[in-house]
Amino acid sequence: MIEFVLNGESVRVDVEDDTPLLWLLRENLKLIGTKFGCGMGLCGACTVHVGGVAVRSCQTPAGSVQGQAITTIEGIGAKGLTPVQQAWVEGNVPQCGYCQSGQIMSASALLAHTPHPTDEEITAAMDGNLCRCGCYNRIRAAIHRAAELNDAQTSKVAVRMFDPNALLAGSVS
Amino acid sequence: MSGININRRAFLTGTAVVAGGLVLGIAPAQRAGAMPNARAGSFQSNAWLQITPADEVIFQLDKTEMGQGVMTALPTILAEELEIDPRRIVVELAPVNKTFQDPIQITGGSSSVSSRWDVLRTTGAQAREMLVAAAAARWAVTPAQCKADNGRVLRVGTDESFSYGELANDAAKLPVPKHPVLKAPADFKYVGQPLRRFDGAEKSNGTAVFGIDVDVPDAVVAILIRNPHFGGSLQSFDATAARSAPGVIDIFDLNGAIAVVADTYWHATKAARTVNVTWDKGPLGSLDSDGIRAAWVDMAKQDGRTVRGDGNVDAALKSAASVHEAVYEVPYLAHATMEPQNTTASFRDGACEIWSPNQGPDVSQALAADALGISRDKVTVHTTLMGGGFGRRGIPDFVAEAALVSRQVKRPVKLVWSREDDMRHDFYRPATYNVMKAALNDQGQTQSWSHKIVAPSMFRSLLPILGKVAPEWMPHWMTNSLSAVAGSIVKTRDPSSHEGAVEQPYAIPNVDVAHVFYDPGVPLGFWRSVGHSQNAFVVESFIDELAHKAGEDPYKFRRRLLEGNARHLAVLDLAAEKANWGKTTAGTYQGIAVHESFGSVVAEVAEVRVVDGNIKVERVVCAADCGLVVNPDQVQAQVESAVIFGLTAALRGKITIKDGAVEQSNFHDYPLLRMNEIPVVEVHVVPSTSSPTGIGEPGTPPIAPAVANAVFAATGSRLRSLPLTLEA
Repeated sequence: MIEFVLNGESVRVDVEDDTPLLWLLRENLKLIGTKFGCGMGLCGACTVHVGGVAVRSCQTPAGSVQGQAITTIEGIGAKGLTPVQQAWVEGNVPQCGYCQSGQIMSASALLAHTPHPTDEEITAAMDGNLCRCGCYNRIRAAIHRAAELNDAQTSKVAVRMFDPNALLAGSVS
Repeated sequence: MSGININRRAFLTGTAVVAGGLVLGIAPAQRAGAMPNARAGSFQSNAWLQITPADEVIFQLDKTEMGQGVMTALPTILAEELEIDPRRIVVELAPVNKTFQDPIQITGGSSSVSSRWDVLRTTGAQAREMLVAAAAARWAVTPAQCKADNGRVLRVGTDESFSYGELANDAAKLPVPKHPVLKAPADFKYVGQPLRRFDGAEKSNGTAVFGIDVDVPDAVVAILIRNPHFGGSLQSFDATAARSAPGVIDIFDLNGAIAVVADTYWHATKAARTVNVTWDKGPLGSLDSDGIRAAWVDMAKQDGRTVRGDGNVDAALKSAASVHEAVYEVPYLAHATMEPQNTTASFRDGACEIWSPNQGPDVSQALAADALGISRDKVTVHTTLMGGGFGRRGIPDFVAEAALVSRQVKRPVKLVWSREDDMRHDFYRPATYNVMKAALNDQGQTQSWSHKIVAPSMFRSLLPILGKVAPEWMPHWMTNSLSAVAGSIVKTRDPSSHEGAVEQPYAIPNVDVAHVFYDPGVPLGFWRSVGHSQNAFVVESFIDELAHKAGEDPYKFRRRLLEGNARHLAVLDLAAEKANWGKTTAGTYQGIAVHESFGSVVAEVAEVRVVDGNIKVERVVCAADCGLVVNPDQVQAQVESAVIFGLTAALRGKITIKDGAVEQSNFHDYPLLRMNEIPVVEVHVVPSTSSPTGIGEPGTPPIAPAVANAVFAATGSRLRSLPLTLEA
C-alpha cells in the first residue's frame, strides 16, 4: 500500500512498489492529464512534482513516493488557470497539446524557485521536455510572460494586505 | 471557454438530445446519409451546422484536430458568414458521414482550410439568410429591414430582435437558398484576426482528452509484442511465467504478434518482458541500410521512367563546356508523434465501437470492418484529439489491432503501443537516392537539369491497405484486380516519389526528371509534406550548387531563373529582405531556399554558425504565400512548427535498417530537437485575397536545403545527404 499526498489530499493506493508513478496516476487514480510519451524519461511528457521538484513520473517507482507530496497538472490549475497556464493560453502555445502538461509542470517548478529566469535558465530547465510540434519558442515566451503575470498577482496580493484604505474600511465597519 | 466537446464526459455520454430546431442541404449534403449527431428538431441546414431552440450553435468538425488548429480555423470560417462570435460555437468531432467524404474522410495534404473554405462560408451564409427570412416573416417586413448580428437577427431601426435559437424552428421550414450572398473580405470580423485557439485552455490544464485518455468502463489494456523484422513471422513463444503475472488476463497469438492483455498497461508491459519469443526474420531478414545503398547505386544505372522531359538534355550535355554531377541521399524517417499509437475498441454482438486518435475516421472504420469481417455500418468511430499526426495516423493500422483483441477477449480493450513499437513499426518517409546532372556553358550557366530519383512508390506500398478502404460498393475481386493494375501504374507514376522534383520552377531550357523504381520493402507512409520533404532538399541544394558554378549570388540566381513566377519571387524577395540577405554578423552565414507545395509557396533564409564542427542554426526567416489567411497567428504557428519539424529531420533524423528491422527504438537514438537547439523562427506572410491554400506542411520542405546551403556558405562543404553532418 502506497500512501502519499496528491494535489493536497491524502491517498492510499494498492499497487506494487515498482509501478511507475505515471501509470499509478493514469490507471489507478484516473488522472489522465499526465502523459505517457517514451517510458524512458527522455521526453518529459510525464513530468509531475514530487516535493516541489519536477520529476519524470515514468521513471519514479510508486514505492519511492511513500509519504511524499505530489502535484500533477490537475493540482496546478485546480482553482482556475495559474499564471503559467494563462500565459500558455494567451501565447497560443499548444498545438497538439500532448506534451503541454509536462511542459507546464517543468515551467511551474522553474518559476517557483527562479521567479525571473533568464533564457539560459529556461533552456536548462526545459530541455528535457520534447515538443514534436516545435512550440519551443512560444514556450520560452510564455515562461517570461508567466513571470510578469506572477509579479502582477503578487503585487496585487501585497496591495490587499497592506492597503491602509482597506484597513480603514475594516475599522469603520 | 467555448463549448468544445473535448472532455472525457462528452466522449462517453454521447450527445444530448434536445427538442425542436433548424438542420442546411447544399451540394455535398444532398448525398444520402443521416445528419451526424443530430438533435431532434434542430435547424440543421446541412451536416456541418445545426442550431437548436435552446440557442446552441453546433458545428461538426469533420477535419481531425492533431494540433494544426482546425478546431479554431473551421468554426471561424463558418461563424464569419453566420454572423456569430466563433467562440460561441459548440464544436463536435464529427463521426463518419457521407457528406464529409471527398472521397475519403481524411485529414491530410494541408487541405482542411482550403477544402472547407467555400462550403463553410456557404453553409454560414445560407443559415444566416434563412434565419433573417424567418425573422422578417415574424415581423412582416422584408429581409432587407433585418440584420444578422452576433447570434441574433435585429429589426433595423428598432430595438426588437430574436436569437438564432428562437428562429430555429421557423428557419427549418424554409427552403435552403442556392446562391446565398457571401460577405466581402473587407467586411470580415473574425477571418483574418488572430483569435486564440479554442482548445488552448483544455490543452493547458490537462483536461483535453486524447485517444490514450479514453476511459471506457470495464476496459482492459492490451499491448502487442511485435516481430521487429518486417514481414517476419512468429515461430514460437512461451508465456508460462507471464500468464501468472499480476493483472494478466490473456496472452495469445494475434496474426503473428503476441497480444498481452492485462488490467493495466504496466501489468501488461511487465508480463510481456517475461515472454520468450522466437521470431522468424522473414523475407527481409538480411536487409540492411548498406545493402539498400548498394542497390541504389546499382539501380541508378537504369534510365528509369521519364516524368518530365523538356527540350533535349542529351544534346545539351554533349555540347556542354562542362558537366556538373552530384548525388543526394535521404534516409527513412519516423513520425514520432508524442502520443504513441493507441485505440480503444469494444466489439459486442457483431458490432464494434472505436475510440481512436486517427486522421481518417472512415479509413479506421474500413480497416476495423475488414479485420473483423463485418460490414462497415457495424463499426462506429469516435475520433479523439491526437497527440500529433504528421501523416502517421492516416494509416490507422492500430484500429484493426484493437478491434481484433476486443473480439478475442470479449470486452472493451485499450490497445497501447510503446514508444519502441511506434518507432519500429511506423510507415516511414521513404529513403531515396538522387543523381543530379547539369550541363554548363563556358560562363558556368546552366543549360540542362537532370534529376534521377531512385525511390520506392508509397502508393504501391500502401495498396494492400488502400484496397481495404475502397468504396464499399466495389466487390473484393474488383479491388484486388484494381490493386494489381494500380500497382503497376503507380510503380512508375506515383506522384509521392517525384512531387516537388517534377515541378521544379527554374527557367532551364532542357529538363529531365526520371524515376527508377526500387522498393526494399520497408513500410512507407505520408510524412509531413510527403515527397516534397526529400525532393525540395535535392532540388534546392543542387540549384544552389549551380548558382555557385555560375559565380552568382544564390538568391539573385534563383530570382533570375524565376522571372515571371510572381508568387515564388514575392516570397523569395520578402524572405531575403526580412533576413537582410547578404548582411550578417561575423561568423554567421546564410542559406536560402524556396519551394511550392500544397498550393502555397514558402521561402526560408537560414542563418547558421559552425561551432567546433557542429551546425548551429540561429535564425530562420520565412516568407509564405498561402492565400487569404483565416487566422494569422495559427498560420505563423504552423510555419514555426513545420520549420522545427523539418529542421529536426535535417539535423538529426535517420532510421536505419539491420536484419530487416529498424535499429532505432526511442528518443535516445532517434533524437528530436530540444529547446537548446532551436533557432529563432520569424514568419512573414504575403498579403493575398486568393482562396486559402495549405499551411500545415509547406514550411517543412525548404528548411533542410536552406540550412545545407548556409553550411556551404560557412564551410565550403556541400552536404548532400541527410541528416546534415560535417566530417570531424
